[in-house]
Amino acid sequence: MTSLILRDVHVTIGTTPVVTGVSLTAPSGGRVGIVGPNGSGKSTLLRAVYRHLPLAGGSITVGGEDLWALTPRRAAQLVAALPQETRSDFDVTVWEMAAMGRTPHKRPFAADTERDVAVVADALAHAGVAHLAGRRFTTLSGGERQRVLLARALAQQAPVLVLDEPTNHLDVRHQFDLLGLVTSAGTTVVAALHDLNLAAAYCDHVYVLAAGRVVADGPPYEVLTPELVREVFGVDAHVTSVPGTDAPHLILRPAAGGPTTR
Amino acid sequence: MTVKRPGRKAVWGACAVLAGVLLAGLTASVLLGTVTVSADAVARIVAWHLTGQGEPTWSASQDTVVWNLRLPRALLAALVGAGLAVSGAATQALVRNPLADPYVLGLTYGAAVGAVAVTVTGIAPLGGASAGVAAFLGALCAFAVVYALARAGGALAPLRLVLAGMAVTYALSGVTSFLVLQADDPGTTHSVLFWLFGSLAEADWASLGLPALVLAATMLALLAQARPLNALLLGDETAAGLGVPAARLRRHLFLLVALLTGVMVALAGGVGFIGLIVPHAARLLVGSDHRGLLPVAALAGAAFLVLVDIAARTALHPQELPVGVVTSVIGAPLFLWLVHTRARDTTGL
Repeated sequence: MTSLILRDVHVTIGTTPVVTGVSLTAPSGGRVGIVGPNGSGKSTLLRAVYRHLPLAGGSITVGGEDLWALTPRRAAQLVAALPQETRSDFDVTVWEMAAMGRTPHKRPFAADTERDVAVVADALAHAGVAHLAGRRFTTLSGGERQRVLLARALAQQAPVLVLDEPTNHLDVRHQFDLLGLVTSAGTTVVAALHDLNLAAAYCDHVYVLAAGRVVADGPPYEVLTPELVREVFGVDAHVTSVPGTDAPHLILRPAAGGPTTR
Repeated sequence: MTVKRPGRKAVWGACAVLAGVLLAGLTASVLLGTVTVSADAVARIVAWHLTGQGEPTWSASQDTVVWNLRLPRALLAALVGAGLAVSGAATQALVRNPLADPYVLGLTYGAAVGAVAVTVTGIAPLGGASAGVAAFLGALCAFAVVYALARAGGALAPLRLVLAGMAVTYALSGVTSFLVLQADDPGTTHSVLFWLFGSLAEADWASLGLPALVLAATMLALLAQARPLNALLLGDETAAGLGVPAARLRRHLFLLVALLTGVMVALAGGVGFIGLIVPHAARLLVGSDHRGLLPVAALAGAAFLVLVDIAARTALHPQELPVGVVTSVIGAPLFLWLVHTRARDTTGL
């Protein structure tokens, strides 16, 4: 098990600073959620963690190793990602898609070993899509696709799993299924989530981002208060709890007196 | 729960069949032609040249036709076909579009301007090799311009690559047409057009070494990157998450494609459609995994161009057709059929 630590991370796109000084700790085996309005820098921050966007400042370490000092291959052995966008202009089978998770473990010309095959089979089974192995990825439903992509990330066998809005376009049941699978995989998980209630239900620590900075963090029941939700998201919230758990549940409605500006 | 790995599509089977077709095509290519040489004589001529065994019972002209004309020409067809097909497969990964071919990158018309300038002006400082060398330099210049235009913040964005390639292609095709119109000698115009549509008529033994070397080297470099190439198909973000830096890989890839296409075009002119159709057909046979796709595309491209060249030499005998005309005439309907079946497969229409 391995912890992920971000210290004073800055990320700039073009000349625009999008993430400005974010520090974040995901302890080993922890489930960390990142919430925030559109444009708050959630995806940009995660892209720097899976090395799609370079750091403009600060550091990211996994288990004490400086992520950006490693080769891309080695870094991908430590951090697996489920980005928002996966293109599928080319015909790829479900098996091939999941097997691509082995990419950072393979040297040039190396053939698939029995172990690779076993790891991919396990990942597909864990994600509940083993029966789809021979299907073409483009023929799958949204829920099936997301689970296949999760299988790919699991096949990567990285101690840290980064997910960017993994529940987008999924219906309620598939949202629960996917996050259930993710949090039962036993890895350190960092997920950007739109849905505050999903974050509250599945994360043990939540970071709230606004305009590229962390404005609050802590356990969901401490952080997701009506005051914070109104300030950051500009909507009114009533907080109850999910029966039988200590996870907060938010009932949201448009802000009284119309949209607010911060 | 145990998962069985689905049966891998038969890469080896496809390779074996295609190698057989290629061999048959090469044989037919050496046997067929204007000068009649018996199969027996062809076999003895080839054996004599390879091993020095046997009595020379054939005429000098038969020897020349078989050993100095037909055989190098068939081998050049195989090399160029393989080179363009591999180049096409790599280009499709480079611009992440299964309907791209190396010519969208503007290299062909760069080569055309070079070759046509030499042919039309008659300035040939390097003698017979001038047109080929000028074509290669032209391709490299076009490559440099497209590269510079497509570069945005250190990365080569697929869409920018295609747009830059198309802009350069249009500009250079205008220049080529202008140069052709400047030539008042119909013979020159004819040879220029012949080059533009692709021709293997210049083949000799000396012209085989370079394409063979370049093909082997680029093929090796691409196969070494086969897994990263697969990851590149899924988009830059996903590739990054798999430890594949897309921007850097795309720069390597562009260089390899430019080198391979530049050499093939300089030798054989604008042979169209192979770079588009053959990788596409290879994908239908063995899927998108570059570990199988690249060798299958290479063998299929080689076999295809060898067969096309036989048709080009014999269809309107004694007149010879440019191979590019034949590939286009066969290629266009084949392409439409592929697009049609593909659309039906992926959309369920």
